[in-house]
Amino acid sequence: MNLTLKIWRQQNPADKGGLKTYELGGVSEDMSFLEMLDVLNEQLNETGEEPVAFDHDCREGICGSCALMIDGQAHGPEVTTTCQLHMRSFKDGQTITIEPWRADAFPVIKDLVTDRSAFDRIIQAGGYISANTGSAPEANSVPAPRDKATRAFNVATCIGCGACVAACPNGSASLFLGAKITHLGELPQGQPERDGRVASMVAQHDAEGFGGCTNIGECTAACPKEIPLDVISQLNKDLRTAIRHGH
Amino acid sequence: MATVTAVKNKRSSRSTIALKLLMALSGLIFIGYVLAHMYGNLKAFSGQEAFDSYAEHLRTIGEPLLPYSGLLWIIRIVLLVALAVHVYAAYTLWARAGKARTTKYAVTKRVNSTWSSKTMRWGGTALLLFIVFHILHFTLRVVTPGSNSDSPYERLVGSFEIWWVSAIYLVAMAALAMHLRHGTWSAAQTLGLTNTASARRNANLLGYLLAVVIAGGYSLIPVFVLAGVIS
Repeated sequence: MNLTLKIWRQQNPADKGGLKTYELGGVSEDMSFLEMLDVLNEQLNETGEEPVAFDHDCREGICGSCALMIDGQAHGPEVTTTCQLHMRSFKDGQTITIEPWRADAFPVIKDLVTDRSAFDRIIQAGGYISANTGSAPEANSVPAPRDKATRAFNVATCIGCGACVAACPNGSASLFLGAKITHLGELPQGQPERDGRVASMVAQHDAEGFGGCTNIGECTAACPKEIPLDVISQLNKDLRTAIRHGH
Repeated sequence: MATVTAVKNKRSSRSTIALKLLMALSGLIFIGYVLAHMYGNLKAFSGQEAFDSYAEHLRTIGEPLLPYSGLLWIIRIVLLVALAVHVYAAYTLWARAGKARTTKYAVTKRVNSTWSSKTMRWGGTALLLFIVFHILHFTLRVVTPGSNSDSPYERLVGSFEIWWVSAIYLVAMAALAMHLRHGTWSAAQTLGLTNTASARRNANLLGYLLAVVIAGGYSLIPVFVLAGVIS
Protein backbone atom coordinates (compact mmCIF):
# COMPACT_ATOMS: atom_id res chain seq x y z
CA MET A 1 0.00 0.00 0.00
CA ASN A 2 1.06 3.55 -0.66
CA LEU A 3 -0.20 6.21 1.68
CA THR A 4 -0.09 9.96 2.06
CA LEU A 5 0.10 10.84 5.74
CA LYS A 6 -0.67 14.27 7.12
CA ILE A 7 0.71 14.22 10.63
CA TRP A 8 0.62 16.85 13.35
CA ARG A 9 4.18 17.88 14.20
CA GLN A 10 4.82 19.99 17.27
CA GLN A 11 8.25 20.31 18.89
CA ASN A 12 7.07 21.10 22.42
CA PRO A 13 4.03 22.41 24.29
CA ALA A 14 4.93 26.02 23.43
CA ASP A 15 5.44 25.33 19.71
CA LYS A 16 2.56 26.31 17.44
CA GLY A 17 2.77 23.10 15.43
CA GLY A 18 1.23 22.16 12.14
CA LEU A 19 0.33 19.33 9.81
CA LYS A 20 3.19 17.90 7.76
CA THR A 21 2.71 15.63 4.76
CA TYR A 22 4.68 12.40 4.28
CA GLU A 23 4.56 9.84 1.49
CA LEU A 24 4.91 6.26 2.69
CA GLY A 25 5.21 3.21 0.45
CA GLY A 26 5.49 -0.53 1.11
CA VAL A 27 2.84 -0.64 3.80
CA SER A 28 1.34 -4.09 4.34
CA GLU A 29 -2.35 -4.29 5.06
CA ASP A 30 -1.55 -6.73 7.87
CA MET A 31 0.41 -4.06 9.74
CA SER A 32 -1.19 -2.42 12.71
CA PHE A 33 -1.55 1.34 12.50
CA LEU A 34 1.30 1.78 14.98
CA GLU A 35 3.55 -0.56 12.97
CA MET A 36 2.85 1.61 9.96
CA LEU A 37 4.02 4.62 12.00
CA ASP A 38 7.09 2.61 13.08
CA VAL A 39 7.93 2.11 9.39
CA LEU A 40 7.50 5.82 8.79
CA ASN A 41 9.78 6.61 11.71
CA GLU A 42 12.48 4.27 10.37
CA GLN A 43 12.26 6.13 7.10
CA LEU A 44 12.51 9.48 8.92
CA ASN A 45 15.51 8.22 10.89
CA GLU A 46 17.29 7.36 7.66
CA THR A 47 16.69 10.81 6.23
CA GLY A 48 17.80 12.47 9.45
CA GLU A 49 14.39 13.90 10.29
CA GLU A 50 13.17 13.58 13.85
CA PRO A 51 10.74 10.62 14.21
CA VAL A 52 7.09 11.26 14.97
CA ALA A 53 6.42 11.01 18.69
CA PHE A 54 3.33 8.97 19.57
CA ASP A 55 2.12 7.21 22.72
CA HIS A 56 1.93 3.44 22.83
CA ASP A 57 2.57 0.71 25.33
CA CYS A 58 0.87 -2.70 25.42
CA ARG A 59 -0.15 -2.79 21.75
CA GLU A 60 -2.86 -5.26 22.66
CA GLY A 61 -5.73 -2.89 23.33
CA ILE A 62 -5.76 -2.88 27.12
CA CYS A 63 -3.54 -0.04 28.34
CA GLY A 64 -5.18 2.96 26.70
CA SER A 65 -1.90 4.65 25.76
CA CYS A 66 -2.23 4.84 22.01
CA ALA A 67 -4.30 7.91 21.42
CA LEU A 68 -4.58 9.09 17.84
CA MET A 69 -7.22 11.03 15.98
CA ILE A 70 -7.27 9.34 12.58
CA ASP A 71 -9.18 11.12 9.84
CA GLY A 72 -11.33 12.86 12.41
CA GLN A 73 -12.18 9.71 14.35
CA ALA A 74 -10.68 8.76 17.69
CA HIS A 75 -8.76 5.47 17.20
CA GLY A 76 -9.77 5.52 13.53
CA PRO A 77 -12.67 3.91 11.70
CA GLU A 78 -12.98 0.66 13.68
CA VAL A 79 -14.30 0.05 17.20
CA THR A 80 -10.94 -0.67 18.76
CA THR A 81 -7.79 1.03 19.97
CA THR A 82 -5.28 2.46 17.50
CA CYS A 83 -2.84 -0.39 18.22
CA GLN A 84 -5.47 -2.97 17.24
CA LEU A 85 -6.42 -1.05 14.10
CA HIS A 86 -4.95 -2.61 10.98
CA MET A 87 -4.04 -1.07 7.66
CA ARG A 88 -6.62 -3.25 5.89
CA SER A 89 -9.14 -0.73 7.19
CA PHE A 90 -7.62 1.77 4.76
CA LYS A 91 -7.35 1.93 1.01
CA ASP A 92 -4.24 2.01 -1.16
CA GLY A 93 -3.43 5.58 -2.11
CA GLN A 94 -5.50 7.02 0.72
CA THR A 95 -4.60 10.25 2.49
CA ILE A 96 -4.77 9.85 6.26
CA THR A 97 -4.73 12.79 8.64
CA ILE A 98 -3.32 11.97 12.07
CA GLU A 99 -3.80 14.42 14.93
CA PRO A 100 -3.38 14.31 18.71
CA TRP A 101 -6.42 14.34 21.03
CA ARG A 102 -7.67 17.91 21.10
CA ALA A 103 -8.76 19.13 24.50
CA ASP A 104 -7.29 21.90 26.57
CA ALA A 105 -7.32 19.48 29.51
CA PHE A 106 -5.05 17.20 27.42
CA PRO A 107 -2.23 19.55 26.37
CA VAL A 108 0.08 18.37 23.61
CA ILE A 109 3.53 17.46 24.90
CA LYS A 110 5.04 16.68 21.50
CA ASP A 111 3.68 15.73 18.08
CA LEU A 112 0.89 13.23 18.78
CA VAL A 113 1.61 12.78 22.50
CA THR A 114 -0.76 14.45 24.92
CA ASP A 115 -0.61 14.82 28.69
CA ARG A 116 -3.62 12.92 29.97
CA SER A 117 -2.81 13.14 33.66
CA ALA A 118 -6.08 15.05 34.10
CA PHE A 119 -7.69 11.59 34.10
CA ASP A 120 -5.30 10.43 36.83
CA ARG A 121 -6.31 13.41 38.95
CA ILE A 122 -9.98 12.64 38.42
CA ILE A 123 -9.34 9.07 39.61
CA GLN A 124 -7.34 10.37 42.58
CA ALA A 125 -10.28 12.60 43.47
CA GLY A 126 -12.48 9.59 44.19
CA GLY A 127 -12.22 6.79 41.66
CA TYR A 128 -11.29 4.16 44.22
CA ILE A 129 -12.63 2.35 47.26
CA SER A 130 -10.93 2.66 50.63
CA ALA A 131 -10.02 -0.77 51.97
CA ASN A 132 -8.11 -1.73 55.06
CA THR A 133 -4.86 -3.51 54.43
CA GLY A 134 -4.25 -6.94 55.88
CA SER A 135 -5.56 -10.31 54.88
CA ALA A 136 -8.05 -10.36 52.04
CA PRO A 137 -11.67 -10.51 53.24
CA GLU A 138 -13.75 -13.59 52.51
CA ALA A 139 -15.13 -12.88 49.04
CA ASN A 140 -18.49 -14.54 49.65
CA SER A 141 -19.21 -12.43 52.73
CA VAL A 142 -20.21 -9.49 50.51
CA PRO A 143 -22.85 -10.67 48.04
CA ALA A 144 -23.09 -8.72 44.78
CA PRO A 145 -26.23 -9.22 42.66
CA ARG A 146 -25.33 -10.77 39.35
CA ASP A 147 -26.86 -8.09 37.08
CA LYS A 148 -25.13 -5.33 39.02
CA ALA A 149 -21.83 -7.20 39.01
CA THR A 150 -22.16 -7.70 35.26
CA ARG A 151 -22.88 -4.01 34.64
CA ALA A 152 -19.98 -3.01 36.87
CA PHE A 153 -17.68 -5.39 35.05
CA ASN A 154 -18.81 -4.23 31.62
CA VAL A 155 -18.07 -0.59 32.35
CA ALA A 156 -14.89 -1.44 34.26
CA THR A 157 -13.44 -2.28 30.84
CA CYS A 158 -12.83 1.48 30.40
CA ILE A 159 -9.11 1.84 29.84
CA GLY A 160 -9.05 5.61 30.28
CA CYS A 161 -7.69 6.24 26.79
CA GLY A 162 -9.52 9.56 26.43
CA ALA A 163 -11.21 8.79 23.10
CA CYS A 164 -14.51 9.97 24.59
CA VAL A 165 -13.02 13.39 25.28
CA ALA A 166 -11.34 13.48 21.88
CA ALA A 167 -14.58 12.68 20.06
CA CYS A 168 -16.85 14.90 22.16
CA PRO A 169 -17.76 18.19 20.46
CA ASN A 170 -17.74 19.76 23.93
CA GLY A 171 -14.50 18.18 25.10
CA SER A 172 -16.37 16.52 27.97
CA ALA A 173 -15.08 13.52 29.90
CA SER A 174 -18.56 12.45 30.98
CA LEU A 175 -18.33 8.94 29.52
CA PHE A 176 -15.08 8.30 31.37
CA LEU A 177 -16.54 9.73 34.58
CA GLY A 178 -19.75 7.78 34.11
CA ALA A 179 -17.86 4.53 33.56
CA LYS A 180 -15.95 4.96 36.82
CA ILE A 181 -19.00 6.11 38.79
CA THR A 182 -21.12 3.21 37.50
CA HIS A 183 -18.36 0.66 37.98
CA LEU A 184 -17.86 1.49 41.65
CA GLY A 185 -21.43 2.53 42.36
CA GLU A 186 -22.95 -0.79 41.28
CA LEU A 187 -20.91 -2.82 43.76
CA PRO A 188 -21.46 -3.09 47.52
CA GLN A 189 -17.83 -2.10 48.17
CA GLY A 190 -18.44 1.22 46.46
CA GLN A 191 -21.42 2.30 48.57
CA PRO A 192 -19.80 3.97 51.63
CA GLU A 193 -18.03 6.59 49.51
CA ARG A 194 -20.64 6.84 46.75
CA ASP A 195 -21.87 10.42 47.27
CA GLY A 196 -18.47 11.88 48.05
CA ARG A 197 -16.94 10.07 45.11
CA VAL A 198 -19.25 11.52 42.49
CA ALA A 199 -19.08 15.01 44.01
CA SER A 200 -15.27 15.03 44.10
CA MET A 201 -14.77 13.45 40.69
CA VAL A 202 -17.21 15.82 38.99
CA ALA A 203 -15.59 18.81 40.72
CA GLN A 204 -12.17 17.63 39.53
CA HIS A 205 -13.51 17.04 36.02
CA ASP A 206 -14.82 20.60 35.90
CA ALA A 207 -11.64 22.04 37.41
CA GLU A 208 -9.55 20.31 34.75
CA GLY A 209 -11.43 22.28 32.11
CA PHE A 210 -13.43 19.53 30.43
CA GLY A 211 -16.69 20.65 28.88
CA GLY A 212 -20.26 19.72 29.77
CA CYS A 213 -22.17 16.82 28.24
CA THR A 214 -24.87 17.47 25.63
CA ASN A 215 -25.88 13.80 25.27
CA ILE A 216 -24.95 13.65 21.62
CA GLY A 217 -23.29 10.25 21.83
CA GLU A 218 -20.07 10.72 19.85
CA CYS A 219 -18.18 9.43 22.90
CA THR A 220 -19.81 6.02 22.97
CA ALA A 221 -19.31 5.63 19.21
CA ALA A 222 -15.59 6.35 19.62
CA CYS A 223 -15.10 4.23 22.73
CA PRO A 224 -12.92 1.20 21.92
CA LYS A 225 -14.56 -0.65 24.82
CA GLU A 226 -18.11 0.25 23.78
CA ILE A 227 -19.05 1.85 27.10
CA PRO A 228 -22.76 2.63 26.69
CA LEU A 229 -24.27 6.08 27.06
CA ASP A 230 -26.34 5.01 30.07
CA VAL A 231 -23.30 5.45 32.32
CA ILE A 232 -23.74 9.21 31.82
CA SER A 233 -27.34 8.92 32.96
CA GLN A 234 -26.05 6.99 35.98
CA LEU A 235 -23.46 9.69 36.63
CA ASN A 236 -26.15 12.38 36.49
CA LYS A 237 -28.41 10.37 38.77
CA ASP A 238 -25.62 9.82 41.30
CA LEU A 239 -24.72 13.51 41.30
CA ARG A 240 -28.37 14.49 41.70
CA THR A 241 -28.56 12.10 44.68
CA ALA A 242 -25.34 13.51 46.14
CA ILE A 243 -26.73 17.07 45.88
CA ARG A 244 -29.85 15.94 47.70
CA HIS A 245 -27.63 14.45 50.40
CA GLY A 246 -25.93 17.79 50.92
CA HIS A 247 -22.84 17.65 48.69
CA MET B 1 3.37 10.77 38.84
CA ALA B 2 0.36 12.98 38.60
CA THR B 3 -0.12 15.68 41.14
CA VAL B 4 -3.46 16.37 42.72
CA THR B 5 -4.74 19.87 42.26
CA ALA B 6 -6.91 21.18 45.02
CA VAL B 7 -10.38 21.89 43.73
CA LYS B 8 -11.54 25.21 45.11
CA ASN B 9 -15.28 24.87 44.71
CA LYS B 10 -16.41 21.35 45.46
CA ARG B 11 -20.09 22.15 45.70
CA SER B 12 -21.89 19.81 43.35
CA SER B 13 -24.64 22.38 42.91
CA ARG B 14 -22.03 24.52 41.10
CA SER B 15 -20.99 21.78 38.66
CA THR B 16 -21.59 21.46 34.93
CA ILE B 17 -24.04 18.65 35.68
CA ALA B 18 -26.03 20.94 37.99
CA LEU B 19 -26.29 23.43 35.12
CA LYS B 20 -27.53 20.62 32.91
CA LEU B 21 -30.10 19.69 35.54
CA LEU B 22 -31.36 23.28 35.58
CA MET B 23 -31.58 23.22 31.81
CA ALA B 24 -33.49 19.92 31.86
CA LEU B 25 -35.96 21.04 34.54
CA SER B 26 -36.65 24.40 32.88
CA GLY B 27 -37.03 22.53 29.58
CA LEU B 28 -39.71 20.31 31.13
CA ILE B 29 -41.64 23.44 32.15
CA PHE B 30 -41.51 24.57 28.51
CA ILE B 31 -42.74 21.20 27.25
CA GLY B 32 -45.72 21.40 29.60
CA TYR B 33 -46.40 24.97 28.53
CA VAL B 34 -46.22 24.42 24.78
CA LEU B 35 -48.64 21.48 25.12
CA ALA B 36 -51.16 23.67 26.98
CA HIS B 37 -50.60 26.57 24.58
CA MET B 38 -51.16 24.30 21.60
CA TYR B 39 -54.44 23.07 23.09
CA GLY B 40 -55.66 26.66 23.25
CA ASN B 41 -54.50 27.44 19.71
CA LEU B 42 -56.33 24.47 18.26
CA LYS B 43 -59.58 26.12 19.46
CA ALA B 44 -59.16 28.13 16.26
CA PHE B 45 -60.70 25.15 14.46
CA SER B 46 -63.89 25.68 16.48
CA GLY B 47 -64.30 29.20 15.14
CA GLN B 48 -64.00 32.78 16.35
CA GLU B 49 -66.50 32.49 19.20
CA ALA B 50 -64.77 29.47 20.79
CA PHE B 51 -61.28 30.91 20.29
CA ASP B 52 -62.00 34.37 21.64
CA SER B 53 -64.02 33.15 24.61
CA TYR B 54 -61.21 30.71 25.49
CA ALA B 55 -58.73 33.61 25.37
CA GLU B 56 -60.98 35.65 27.62
CA HIS B 57 -61.52 32.69 29.94
CA LEU B 58 -57.75 32.43 30.44
CA ARG B 59 -57.90 35.92 31.94
CA THR B 60 -60.78 35.23 34.27
CA ILE B 61 -59.63 31.84 35.61
CA GLY B 62 -59.36 31.90 39.39
CA GLU B 63 -61.48 35.02 39.85
CA PRO B 64 -62.27 36.34 42.34
CA LEU B 65 -59.40 34.70 44.25
CA LEU B 66 -56.99 35.91 41.58
CA PRO B 67 -57.21 39.32 39.91
CA TYR B 68 -58.07 39.62 36.19
CA SER B 69 -55.22 38.02 34.18
CA GLY B 70 -53.78 36.80 37.50
CA LEU B 71 -53.13 33.22 36.40
CA LEU B 72 -51.65 34.41 33.11
CA TRP B 73 -49.20 36.58 34.99
CA ILE B 74 -48.23 33.72 37.28
CA ILE B 75 -47.58 31.57 34.20
CA ARG B 76 -45.64 34.39 32.52
CA ILE B 77 -43.39 34.86 35.55
CA VAL B 78 -42.73 31.12 35.83
CA LEU B 79 -41.91 31.03 32.11
CA LEU B 80 -39.65 34.06 32.29
CA VAL B 81 -37.70 32.58 35.21
CA ALA B 82 -37.47 29.23 33.42
CA LEU B 83 -36.31 30.99 30.25
CA ALA B 84 -33.64 32.95 32.12
CA VAL B 85 -32.38 29.74 33.76
CA HIS B 86 -32.48 27.77 30.51
CA VAL B 87 -30.66 30.43 28.52
CA TYR B 88 -28.10 31.12 31.25
CA ALA B 89 -27.25 27.42 31.59
CA ALA B 90 -27.10 26.94 27.82
CA TYR B 91 -24.79 29.86 27.08
CA THR B 92 -22.58 29.13 30.10
CA LEU B 93 -22.09 25.53 28.93
CA TRP B 94 -21.63 26.68 25.32
CA ALA B 95 -18.85 29.02 26.39
CA ARG B 96 -17.35 26.28 28.53
CA ALA B 97 -17.35 23.84 25.60
CA GLY B 98 -15.53 26.45 23.52
CA LYS B 99 -12.83 26.78 26.16
CA ALA B 100 -12.49 23.02 26.53
CA ARG B 101 -11.11 22.76 22.99
CA THR B 102 -9.42 25.94 21.81
CA THR B 103 -7.34 24.14 19.16
CA LYS B 104 -9.70 22.63 16.62
CA TYR B 105 -9.16 19.44 14.66
CA ALA B 106 -8.10 19.76 11.04
CA VAL B 107 -10.43 16.87 10.21
CA THR B 108 -13.54 15.90 12.15
CA LYS B 109 -15.94 13.13 11.35
CA ARG B 110 -19.10 12.93 13.38
CA VAL B 111 -20.55 9.46 13.23
CA ASN B 112 -23.22 9.41 15.92
CA SER B 113 -24.72 12.90 16.04
CA THR B 114 -28.32 13.51 15.06
CA TRP B 115 -29.07 16.65 13.10
CA SER B 116 -31.19 17.89 15.98
CA SER B 117 -28.36 17.43 18.48
CA LYS B 118 -26.00 19.46 16.31
CA THR B 119 -28.46 22.34 16.01
CA MET B 120 -29.37 22.70 19.69
CA ARG B 121 -27.36 25.86 20.29
CA TRP B 122 -28.00 27.86 17.13
CA GLY B 123 -31.51 26.40 16.86
CA GLY B 124 -32.15 27.38 20.46
CA THR B 125 -30.87 30.88 19.72
CA ALA B 126 -33.23 31.06 16.75
CA LEU B 127 -36.10 29.98 19.01
CA LEU B 128 -35.15 32.70 21.50
CA LEU B 129 -35.38 35.30 18.74
CA PHE B 130 -38.67 33.78 17.63
CA ILE B 131 -40.07 34.01 21.17
CA VAL B 132 -39.21 37.72 21.22
CA PHE B 133 -40.93 38.20 17.84
CA HIS B 134 -43.92 36.12 18.92
CA ILE B 135 -44.45 38.20 22.08
CA LEU B 136 -44.08 41.45 20.12
CA HIS B 137 -46.60 40.07 17.64
CA PHE B 138 -49.47 38.49 19.56
CA THR B 139 -48.91 39.52 23.19
CA LEU B 140 -47.63 43.10 23.10
CA ARG B 141 -49.08 43.83 19.63
CA VAL B 142 -46.08 45.96 18.69
CA VAL B 143 -45.73 44.16 15.37
CA THR B 144 -49.18 43.71 13.88
CA PRO B 145 -49.08 42.40 10.32
CA GLY B 146 -52.53 41.86 8.83
CA SER B 147 -54.77 42.81 11.72
CA ASN B 148 -54.67 44.65 15.04
CA SER B 149 -58.21 43.75 16.00
CA ASP B 150 -59.15 43.32 19.65
CA SER B 151 -60.35 39.83 18.71
CA PRO B 152 -57.44 37.38 19.11
CA TYR B 153 -59.04 35.23 16.40
CA GLU B 154 -59.02 38.06 13.87
CA ARG B 155 -55.41 38.87 14.68
CA LEU B 156 -54.50 35.19 14.24
CA VAL B 157 -56.27 34.81 10.90
CA GLY B 158 -55.21 38.24 9.64
CA SER B 159 -51.56 37.46 10.38
CA PHE B 160 -51.39 33.98 8.96
CA GLU B 161 -53.12 35.01 5.76
CA ILE B 162 -49.85 36.83 5.00
CA TRP B 163 -47.54 34.18 3.58
CA TRP B 164 -44.32 35.40 5.17
CA VAL B 165 -45.85 35.55 8.64
CA SER B 166 -46.94 31.95 8.25
CA ALA B 167 -43.50 31.10 6.90
CA ILE B 168 -41.80 32.57 9.99
CA TYR B 169 -44.04 30.54 12.26
CA LEU B 170 -43.61 27.33 10.26
CA VAL B 171 -39.82 27.66 10.24
CA ALA B 172 -39.91 28.32 13.97
CA MET B 173 -41.99 25.18 14.45
CA ALA B 174 -39.41 23.17 12.51
CA ALA B 175 -36.75 24.58 14.84
CA LEU B 176 -38.96 23.74 17.83
CA ALA B 177 -39.40 20.16 16.59
CA MET B 178 -35.62 19.73 16.38
CA HIS B 179 -35.09 21.31 19.78
CA LEU B 180 -37.74 19.11 21.37
CA ARG B 181 -36.41 15.96 19.69
CA HIS B 182 -32.96 16.20 21.19
CA GLY B 183 -34.04 18.18 24.25
CA THR B 184 -36.49 15.54 25.48
CA TRP B 185 -33.94 12.77 25.15
CA SER B 186 -31.19 14.91 26.65
CA ALA B 187 -33.36 15.96 29.61
CA ALA B 188 -34.20 12.33 30.37
CA GLN B 189 -30.52 11.48 30.25
CA THR B 190 -29.53 14.48 32.40
CA LEU B 191 -32.19 13.64 34.97
CA GLY B 192 -30.68 10.16 35.20
CA LEU B 193 -33.78 8.36 33.95
CA THR B 194 -32.13 6.40 31.14
CA ASN B 195 -30.04 3.76 32.83
CA THR B 196 -30.96 0.90 30.52
CA ALA B 197 -30.96 0.44 26.76
CA SER B 198 -34.78 0.26 26.68
CA ALA B 199 -35.13 3.43 28.75
CA ARG B 200 -32.82 5.21 26.31
CA ARG B 201 -34.87 4.00 23.36
CA ASN B 202 -38.08 5.16 25.04
CA ALA B 203 -36.63 8.59 25.82
CA ASN B 204 -35.63 8.94 22.16
CA LEU B 205 -39.07 7.84 20.97
CA LEU B 206 -40.74 10.29 23.36
CA GLY B 207 -38.57 13.02 21.84
CA TYR B 208 -39.78 12.19 18.35
CA LEU B 209 -43.38 11.91 19.55
CA LEU B 210 -43.36 15.30 21.30
CA ALA B 211 -41.60 16.92 18.34
CA VAL B 212 -44.18 15.65 15.86
CA VAL B 213 -47.24 16.26 18.04
CA ILE B 214 -46.27 19.73 19.26
CA ALA B 215 -44.65 21.22 16.16
CA GLY B 216 -47.22 19.47 13.94
CA GLY B 217 -50.14 20.63 16.06
CA TYR B 218 -49.06 24.26 16.00
CA SER B 219 -48.29 24.14 12.28
CA LEU B 220 -51.86 23.06 11.46
CA ILE B 221 -53.11 26.57 12.19
CA PRO B 222 -51.07 28.67 9.70
CA VAL B 223 -51.41 25.88 7.12
CA PHE B 224 -55.19 25.81 7.44
CA VAL B 225 -55.41 29.60 7.48
CA LEU B 226 -53.41 29.72 4.25
CA ALA B 227 -55.62 26.98 2.82
CA GLY B 228 -58.67 29.10 3.65
CA VAL B 229 -60.22 26.56 6.03
CA ILE B 230 -59.81 28.89 9.01
CA SER B 231 -61.00 32.34 7.96
